[in-house]
Amino acid sequence: MKVLVPLKRVPDPDRANQLRAVGDRVDTDGIPWKTNPFDEYALEAALRLTENGKTPKTRLGEVVVVTLGPKDAESTLRAALAAGASRAIRVEATDDALDGRLVAHALKSIVVEEKPDLVLLGEKAVDSEGNHVGQALAAMLDYPMVGSATRMHEEDGGALVRSERDGGQSILRTRFPAVVTVDLGIVSAAGIVARNSEADFSYWDGVRFIPFTAILQAKKKDIVTRTLDELAPGIALSSTYYRFDPPPSRKPGIFVKDVAELVDKLANEAGVL
Amino acid sequence: MAKILVVAESQGDMPERATLSAITAAREASTILDSGFDILVVGGPGATRDAAALTCYGAEHVLLVEDATMSVYLAENFVDTVSSVARGYSLVVAAATTFGKDLLPRVAGNLDAAYAADCSGVTEEAGALSFKRPMHAGNVLGFVKLGTRIQVATVRQCDFEAAVPSAGKSPIQVLQSVAPGKAAARIEVVSQKVMQNDRRSLADAKTVVSGGRALKDRFFEILDPLASVLGAAIGATRIACHAGYAPGNLQVGQSGNMVAPRLYIAIGISGSIQHVAGMRGSKVIVAINRDPQAPVFQLADYGLVADLFEAVPEMVRHIQLARKDVGAH
Repeated sequence: MKVLVPLKRVPDPDRANQLRAVGDRVDTDGIPWKTNPFDEYALEAALRLTENGKTPKTRLGEVVVVTLGPKDAESTLRAALAAGASRAIRVEATDDALDGRLVAHALKSIVVEEKPDLVLLGEKAVDSEGNHVGQALAAMLDYPMVGSATRMHEEDGGALVRSERDGGQSILRTRFPAVVTVDLGIVSAAGIVARNSEADFSYWDGVRFIPFTAILQAKKKDIVTRTLDELAPGIALSSTYYRFDPPPSRKPGIFVKDVAELVDKLANEAGVL
Repeated sequence: MAKILVVAESQGDMPERATLSAITAAREASTILDSGFDILVVGGPGATRDAAALTCYGAEHVLLVEDATMSVYLAENFVDTVSSVARGYSLVVAAATTFGKDLLPRVAGNLDAAYAADCSGVTEEAGALSFKRPMHAGNVLGFVKLGTRIQVATVRQCDFEAAVPSAGKSPIQVLQSVAPGKAAARIEVVSQKVMQNDRRSLADAKTVVSGGRALKDRFFEILDPLASVLGAAIGATRIACHAGYAPGNLQVGQSGNMVAPRLYIAIGISGSIQHVAGMRGSKVIVAINRDPQAPVFQLADYGLVADLFEAVPEMVRHIQLARKDVGAH
């Protein structure tokens, strides 16, 4: 199986409360880049689909990772190569000169070239909070697409996928090639059931640990560079952010001494009981 | 002719609460675009009833596509029909439910349109339509303009009031479905599991009682009585859901529900950035946590440092007593 995993780098989501809205930009100074957590789940799912869980060093199939960004963004790809991805592609771009539509166009061209069985993406990027590239890409390709997947059971030429929905879950059966976006549950122990692993094999919970030697080896691997001119000719940025505001501030709260005081305040001060 | 299209979610004989939020967004956009709006209902045999229920919200037309093959929602079956109708509009809007977030980006992909996800406001900038969007887990509010001829957006139910019925009655216009693309034949819905206390009731609840990992497998034992005495919906943190203490559809946070109730009670919740993203718009926030350093206290209007296993049952008793007092007067 061949899986394409698009990866996005985002300002460290654990420090998102240190970001500052400054006019028409967001100041990310001093905040390191991290791979979008949902994309890390997609990569882990792709690795599980293309290996025997007992011998994860041997890739049975191919995982191609791609990112759009400046040279700097290659560290995201190198981390993925260290985790076990087979090849990496970087599409030269400036971070703030990208939007979902442009990314979907570029990915479409890569899919047409690479012909993966499956495109696995995170359900959303935690910085731009879009949740739409997978859907738009599938529509452009006329591929089936399942969103917010938390379980994937590989079948012959396709998969059974559990998708988290409002008020419940759906199980969908899709043929490959397909696009699937993933939620955290996909990296639980039972998240992926793949044909390459024995039926009794069970994974760990979460994404895999990357050994230091693998990180060193990944530094030497080639990364193919492409351009938006080649992959999304004539497509201009169509989402223009002209202003960023901080969130509305809240008035400072108080500590109450006990439950009685809490209930009294809620009833008589806040008036919400 | 209307330039704005609301894509309704067709589920029963009452208009979906979420659709009423999308109608409110359309009404706000209509003053900016100086245009009326239409509502599109696509579905199986129940869709006619849904369309009739949406005729009293001031739309120029309610467009109805009723097709027996569309009884169960599957984006691949819907997207070509919705795209073909949407082609004639400047703005296509739906609520940011699973339905809207699944379908509308595909419509945008089909029409090569720019898309604004999960908007909390519709505003005007230099005479043009613009969208306000929480980003970076709600730590930044972005204002975006879309540069394609057709603009597509989904809006947060918790940030747009439900539209109230208006005078007049929109005529229903029946349209034919469009044959779906190849993808539709390659995917099927095998089963759907609907749970109670669903996302809609969470998104619409006046009070939400949310629990974290600390509740462990006593999650519902502890939270149910409080939720019941308050008439509240129950929410959960991502970790509580991932650990299996609560079902995933109760998750409040960046990858779950976005809520903005009158009262949000965070119980045994530390207040991680991704959780706060889903509830920071709440009017009054209460936090009960054993750890006085928990970040949630920085956000809370009322903080109580206590063992939740004692404090929550005690709170239930106090609320019941307070209610009795009020009843006695």
